[in-house]
Amino acid sequence: MNWMEQIHIDKVQTELNRFLNKEVYVHLETTNGAYASHFDDKAYNVGAFIRNAKVTYQHAKIVGINGAYRVGLKMDIGWVYAEGINQYEVDNQNRLLMAGHDREGRLMVTLEISETPFSY
Amino acid sequence: MEKHVVVIYPHPDDEAFGASGTITKFRKEGIPVTYLCGTLGEMGRNMGNPTFANRETLPEIRKKELIEACKVLDVELQMLGYRDKTLEFESRDEVAERLKGILEKIEPSLVITHYPEHAVHPDHNAFGAAAVEAVSRMDKNKRPTVWAQAISMTHIQDLGEPDIVNDITPYLKTKMNTILAHKSQAQGMISKMKQDSEDFEATVKARLGTESFYTWKF
Ligand SMILES: [Zn+2]
Repeated sequence: MNWMEQIHIDKVQTELNRFLNKEVYVHLETTNGAYASHFDDKAYNVGAFIRNAKVTYQHAKIVGINGAYRVGLKMDIGWVYAEGINQYEVDNQNRLLMAGHDREGRLMVTLEISETPFSY
Repeated sequence: MEKHVVVIYPHPDDEAFGASGTITKFRKEGIPVTYLCGTLGEMGRNMGNPTFANRETLPEIRKKELIEACKVLDVELQMLGYRDKTLEFESRDEVAERLKGILEKIEPSLVITHYPEHAVHPDHNAFGAAAVEAVSRMDKNKRPTVWAQAISMTHIQDLGEPDIVNDITPYLKTKMNTILAHKSQAQGMISKMKQDSEDFEATVKARLGTESFYTWKF
């Protein structure tokens, strides 16, 4: 099984560049879970995801230090942005999967890029 | 004695935490149990600890865990193929009709599901509501009893004490094994319980030793 590894900026930058000016599918998501306000009545449940957004980006960059990275994809008429990324992998379908997990291994944010649609 | 029990929950592991002791009791009595699992928990947050799953591998991993858990429980499994987090946006009517069709085939005497509006996760609430709706649409003479499980912090205040309270301590071992079959999901909870308490066994008993339900009034 492929395990995600810690972000290596140069390696991830190379992977981001691989998709430049191509029509790609993006999965972008952030969540603090469906139970946040159940366990803490002062907390809010917040989350959003978009799966298989079809985009083309001309420019991409990963920025950050010490396990807290941001990724921005610049498109003709807008941006794709994710903050809190700390792990990545290129899976067996050559998709670039980036994610941020908390100390308990729970997913907080993920940005994934693929030339073919993600399963739905 | 029940004839056939159908459990209707949206996520792999809902059956483990919610009803695996009760299910084990029924199975020991030789009563067939079928689990209708709505989704594969595709959008779960727990990726194992340390993480061994990602958003794309999680469905396949959880599917295997679910099949394993159903082996532990010795129950029949039907996976209904909805997508995690989206059940409340599906047509209630369509989901209810589909469940009704399955129930009419199985002809259970008892259905276990979540209590709508008192089950915290939107999928729990929506799927519970669809299950209740499905049963309410059945021929009155053929309607199974429904046990609805409430897990909201306010359910006792809002609904009163549950009328079905099953002491499942004789089946705790099977319950733990069912939970542990959901490896990607269980690690977080188990380590939190170990952290929170000196006496792990006692905590398990206190937190997991009873399973309670409200008999639905149609
Ligand atoms: Zn659930």
